[in-house]
Amino acid sequence: MASAAEPHTFPQLAKRAVADTQLRRNIGNATQTIRTKRAAVVAEVQDWEELREAGRSLKEHTLRNLDRYLVQLEEAVTKAGGQVHWARDGAEATRIVTEIANRHSVKEVIKVKSITTEEIKLNEALEAAGIRPFETDLAELIIQLGDDVSSHILVPAIHRNRAEIRELFMRKLGLAELSDRPSDLTAAARTYLREKFLTVPMAVSGANFGICDTGTICVVESEGNGRMCLTLPKVLVSVMGIEKLVPTWEDMEVFLQLLPRSSTGERMNPYNSLWTGVTPGDGPQEFHLVLLDNRRTDVLADRTGRQTLNCIRCSACLNVCPVYARTGGHAYHSEYQGPIGAILTPQLHGMDEAASLPFASTLCGACYEVCPVKINIPEVLVHLRTRAVARSGFNMEKLAMGAAIRMFDNPGLLETAQKIARVAQRPFVSDGYITGGLGPVRQWTRARDLPAIPGQSFRDWWRTRR
Amino acid sequence: MSAAREEILGRIRGALAGDPAGEVAVARGYRKTSDLSGAALADRFAERAEAYKATVRRVDAAGATEAIRRLQGRFVVPSDLAESWLPADFVRDDGNLSHRELDAVVGVVTGCAIAIAETGTIVLDAGAEQGRRAITLLPDFHVCIVPVERIVGSVPEAIGALRGSLPRPLTFMSGPSATSDIELNRVEGVHGPRRLEILIVGEA
Repeated sequence: MASAAEPHTFPQLAKRAVADTQLRRNIGNATQTIRTKRAAVVAEVQDWEELREAGRSLKEHTLRNLDRYLVQLEEAVTKAGGQVHWARDGAEATRIVTEIANRHSVKEVIKVKSITTEEIKLNEALEAAGIRPFETDLAELIIQLGDDVSSHILVPAIHRNRAEIRELFMRKLGLAELSDRPSDLTAAARTYLREKFLTVPMAVSGANFGICDTGTICVVESEGNGRMCLTLPKVLVSVMGIEKLVPTWEDMEVFLQLLPRSSTGERMNPYNSLWTGVTPGDGPQEFHLVLLDNRRTDVLADRTGRQTLNCIRCSACLNVCPVYARTGGHAYHSEYQGPIGAILTPQLHGMDEAASLPFASTLCGACYEVCPVKINIPEVLVHLRTRAVARSGFNMEKLAMGAAIRMFDNPGLLETAQKIARVAQRPFVSDGYITGGLGPVRQWTRARDLPAIPGQSFRDWWRTRR
Repeated sequence: MSAAREEILGRIRGALAGDPAGEVAVARGYRKTSDLSGAALADRFAERAEAYKATVRRVDAAGATEAIRRLQGRFVVPSDLAESWLPADFVRDDGNLSHRELDAVVGVVTGCAIAIAETGTIVLDAGAEQGRRAITLLPDFHVCIVPVERIVGSVPEAIGALRGSLPRPLTFMSGPSATSDIELNRVEGVHGPRRLEILIVGEA
C-alpha cells in the first residue's frame, strides 16, 4: 500500500494505470475471458432471474434480522464444539487470532484466501507478533512473494504475466530451473506448499457462508489449498464478516448456484468445504469463529447503502466494468476493487480514505445487471457521491451547480446566459464540443464531453416560426 | 469478549431501529428439481463431470470390481469399503494413518454420498464407504464409485438430500483440483488430487 505521501486518489492512480499498455492488455483480455465464460453458464440456467431474486431477498431478510441470526449461529456453532468470538473492529479481530496462535505457541500459520483478513491487515499483525503467515492460494502466494497487492477480488494476480511469475518463483523459492508454463509454475507452488500443509499446526480462513440453523461454515475454492487448511491442522480459525449469514441449510441451494456461475464462470467450482464445529477424528479438533463488525453495522444503518452487504464477493461486476477493464485493480487502492470496491471501500474504510471512489464510474449499470444478489451499485454510487459533495467544503463545482439551478429555474436568465456563453465559448469549441475552457470548465471537460451551445436555441427558432 | 458481543448486537439493533415493520418475504420462484430422469441423469452427470477433466466410466458391478482390481500401486481405502471394491494393494484407514503415510500412497478408492447431474459434482459426507476427509485429499489419485441411484438432477435436490448428513463435514468435488490464477489458463491438479476417476455403477 502507498504511504500517505504517495498519490492514492482514484484519478491519480488511474492516470498512471491507463498509461501502462501491457497492464491494459492483460486486464482487458482477462476480463473478457471471464465475461464470456460467465455469460455461457448463466445462459443455460432457465431460472436465473428467479435465483437472483431469491438471493437478493434472502440477503435482505437476513440483514433485517441480523441480531437474531447472529445469536442463532453462535448457539449452533458452540453446540457443535466450536468457539465463537466477536470483534468490533480489525484490531480486535487480529488480537483474537494472535492470542489463539500464542496459546498454541505456533510460529507459522497457513492461510486460505480471504479478503476479509486482508481488510483487517491480519498478516501484518501476525508478523508483528513473530508469527509467519503462509498464503496458500496460488495467486495470493504470488502477491505475497512479490510483496505486491491484489488487483482483483477473485484472481488477485491478474496483472502479472507468466514471465514475471516465473522470475519471482525462481528467486523466492530458490529454483535453478523453471519454465514459464502455467502447469510448471503451479507444480512449483504445489511442491513448496505441500510440506507446509503437512507440518503447520494452525490455519486461518475466511468464510463464504455461515449457516445459522445448523452452525455450518462454507468455504468455496478451486485449488484444494482450502481443503488442506481446513482439514489437516489441529487448530482452525475462521474470520467472517457478520453479513455472510444465510438463515437455513436449504438456502444454500440458491447461493451454490449463483456464486460459482457468477464468479469463475463454472457450473460449480472444484471444491466446497462445509463443516459444523468440530468432528471427532476428522479435521481440526479446535475451531474458532471470529465474527467481524469493522463498520458493517454503519453500512447497515444506511438504508440505501445497506444493500452493499448483500455482496457474496463473486467479482462479476469487476469483469463487466468498462472503468475496471482500463484501470485495473490497483487504481482502487483497496482490497475491494471495481464497482463493488467503489461502494464498499468508502463505507468500510470511511469517506476520508476513499472520497474519490464513488466517482470512479460511468454509471452505465452493467454491474447491476450481472450482480447475482441484485445490488443496485449505480444507486449506491450516486448516494455516496451526494455524501461526498455534502462533506466537501467550498469549491467551484458546487458554486457552479448552485448557479445552474438558479439559471434553469428562470427562462430570462437562461436566455441571457446562452447568449453570453455563445460568445465566450468560441475559442474553445471544436467539432461541436467544448474542449478546454477556463478554471472549473476546464476541469469538467477534461474527463467529459461538453456539447457546445448551438448557434440558435430552440426558443429562438420557435419565435421565428410564429 | 462478551462486551464486544453486546456492543455489536446493540449497534445492529440501533441500525435497524427505524425500519418499517414486517418481514421481508423470500422469493422462492426458482426450480427445485431438474427435468432429467433415469438414463438421462447419468448421461448428464457423466458429460458435466468430464467437462471438468474428470475421467468417467460407465460399468456394471462386475466391471467396477475388475476396474478397481487393475489399479497399480498402493491405495488407501475407508475401513468400511466393500470387499468387491478393494484394489489389489490396499491399506485400510480407520484414523490410524498419519498425514505423511497418506501422502505416500498412490491413490484412494471411496464411495460417495450423492452426485449432482447438472453440475457434474460429487458430494462426500464422511458417511459410509467414504472415510475421513484427509484420505480423499492427500493422495494424488481419487477413484470414486458413484452408484447410479445416487445421482440427483439439481443443486436444490442435493441440498435437500444432504440435510441428514449434518453435522458431519461435507465436501463438494467437481473434477480434480484446478487453478486459473496464471493468465486465466486453467491448470488441473494443484493441491487436491490431480486425477479424479469416476466409476458410474449400475444400469440407469
